[in-house]
Amino acid sequence: MSATFVGMPAFPAAAREALSDTQLRRNLAHATGTIRAKRAAVVGEVDEWEELRLAGAAIKDNTLRHLDEHLLRLEESLTDRGATVHWARDAAEACEIVASIAKQHAVDEVVKVKSMATQEIGLNEALAAQGITAWETDLAELIVQLGDDLPSHILVPAIHRNRAEIREIFRDKMAAAGRPAPDDLSDRPAELAGAARLHLREKFLRARMAVSGANFAVAETGTLVVVESEGNGRMCLTLPEVVVSVVGIEKIVPTWSDLDVFLQLLPRSSTGERMNPYTSTWSGATEGQEAHVVLLDNGRTRALADEVGRQALRCIRCSACLNVCPVYERTGGHAYGSVYPGPIGAILNPLLRGTGVDDQVDSLPYASSLCGACFEACPVRIDIPEVLVHLRSKVVDAHRSAPKAEAVAMKSASWVLADSKRLGLAERGLGLAGRLLGRFGRKVMPGGRRALGRLPWPGSLWSNARDVPAPPVESFRAWWRREGRR
Amino acid sequence: MKVAVQVTCINDAMFPDTGKAVFTLLRRLGVEADFPAAQTCCAQPMVNTGYLDEAVPVVRNFVDAFAGYDAIVTPSGSCAGSVRHQHSIVARRSGDDRLAATVAETSPKVYELTEFLVDVLGVTDVGAYFPHRVTYHPTCHSLRMLGVGDRPLRLLREVRGLDLVELPAADECCGFGGTFAVKNAETSTAMGADKARHVLDTGAEVLVAGDNSCLLHIGGLLSRQRTGVRVMHLAEVLAGTESS
Ligand code: SF4
Repeated sequence: MSATFVGMPAFPAAAREALSDTQLRRNLAHATGTIRAKRAAVVGEVDEWEELRLAGAAIKDNTLRHLDEHLLRLEESLTDRGATVHWARDAAEACEIVASIAKQHAVDEVVKVKSMATQEIGLNEALAAQGITAWETDLAELIVQLGDDLPSHILVPAIHRNRAEIREIFRDKMAAAGRPAPDDLSDRPAELAGAARLHLREKFLRARMAVSGANFAVAETGTLVVVESEGNGRMCLTLPEVVVSVVGIEKIVPTWSDLDVFLQLLPRSSTGERMNPYTSTWSGATEGQEAHVVLLDNGRTRALADEVGRQALRCIRCSACLNVCPVYERTGGHAYGSVYPGPIGAILNPLLRGTGVDDQVDSLPYASSLCGACFEACPVRIDIPEVLVHLRSKVVDAHRSAPKAEAVAMKSASWVLADSKRLGLAERGLGLAGRLLGRFGRKVMPGGRRALGRLPWPGSLWSNARDVPAPPVESFRAWWRREGRR
Repeated sequence: MKVAVQVTCINDAMFPDTGKAVFTLLRRLGVEADFPAAQTCCAQPMVNTGYLDEAVPVVRNFVDAFAGYDAIVTPSGSCAGSVRHQHSIVARRSGDDRLAATVAETSPKVYELTEFLVDVLGVTDVGAYFPHRVTYHPTCHSLRMLGVGDRPLRLLREVRGLDLVELPAADECCGFGGTFAVKNAETSTAMGADKARHVLDTGAEVLVAGDNSCLLHIGGLLSRQRTGVRVMHLAEVLAGTESS
């Protein structure tokens, strides 16, 4: 695998490329449109949906408030049930833990399931560097891995691909990774799934070690929970002799009964199903198997320390916010430069990684029109627009010592807008400029108003694609005064 | 009831006709409203771009300008939303307790125009006349931040001569988003192009909305593409009568 998010350009530049990819735009509009409609229908069936959302948010908030205690409780229950618990501060530590377990068991390949956290820490690459191959077993992740591609969606990492493209990938790449695709493979979904099943079955039967993530970790019983659609979780979790689970510390829920709320919220929000096909739970080590749990921080305590931003840690990775996001629908997930794309990615990445250090990360809070569709869809009521604006202020504050043109513009706007007399003068200037500029633009807009011509930078950012009406000769304020209203 | 109109900075500078329409309409409904001349802007451009310090003097000016009114009516869902949801954040940032208290007092008195007409005045038939085929775009902030619901449509349905056609994917963002329109100009344009296409699909002559900023964006695209469709603020439609 060579594809990597490292070195991705900032959002506007990355989006530019995606916007001109016809196939991508079509695949995304189709996929998100379908899932959006499904979600809306099944959410509409639940009368107490709003109460469920509130309950989900409350459970997560309470848990986060005493996260340390719950984590210790989880560690204790897991250890009691024969699992080994590891704590990882960052990506490097977590990868090293997994690699050393693999080495202890002398394995050179592992199978993986449900593992966003491992993608976040770049585990596959880290293992490869130590001569260990990691195989993705989720269908969409397999497609991404074989295609030497990057995930572009939380739930459907290959959402940017259509059937014809997947057939190509299987035919070209499966053989080198194990069992080849059948010669007469068509692009019918059932045939594609069949080819993947045979290919993966060989891997499941051979693998001695599995790496998983978890959707939830129940503190009271030391139970990890994986929710999925294909049943590959079962295969990964039961067949190998060692199972290592990499779990973000925010995945914790205190009790088994808390799960109830989330198992209702998650499938309806994510796949638009009333219930997901497979829910696997396991508590500690089963007979003949060794279980390890790596509890991963990697920026989560940093996010927790952010008063406004910490609500992002409620996220259950359902991807509803991606599917309703008009920006995501047009740019796709790669533009966000992370395994966490879309609205949640736009806040989670800066929260985990910090603002003011990386231009790419700093561009993410601005990758939104603040339309609010994400907040409306989020099953745990994360106010994403609120966090976006908050993070924008952190980005701005981090750069205050070396002001950009934008900061200067905002400062002068603030000065003008703090006093109506200054604004009145500015408007008079605008009216004059408008009269002047209007001479150059000969175009008349529908309704009869004259348009300005193309503007120089930065106005060109607007006027390249959009006509601009010439400013009126008289502002409202001037008219009011002239009328003698006061 | 002492009523003030927050015309908004963009209407003041670019769309004075919208401000005039609000006064015409309110007067016809028996409300003598003021234009407090000290008003400027709700500070949304600064807040949404992350310049909270720069927003403080603007918010301060806002609360001073509108002190003492029972209701503040604005022809912008976006600005009403900004006042209600963001002014307290800015005030907290300033560390000025007096400002925070004044903000807490002023913010709940701000009404988006259709809220004021329907909820406070209790009217949906405002006696308007507009003999055109019209489609309506509910802007994101009035839809989600304020939840104005179908109030604008109820008002439009009572306008004589008006042929109201439904806009496909109406609740999808047009892509304006304040500084998003220039910071992510290409994504913004792609979103707006889809919105413009939906407008054209309706066969409407006029696209109406309650926010001139969104209309500036969609209208700019419709004009650039020579579609012949014009955009108009809801207040201007509601202000028109058979005699005007
Ligand atoms: S932020 Fe909310 S909607 Fe988005 S993935 Fe997380 S839980 Fe789902």
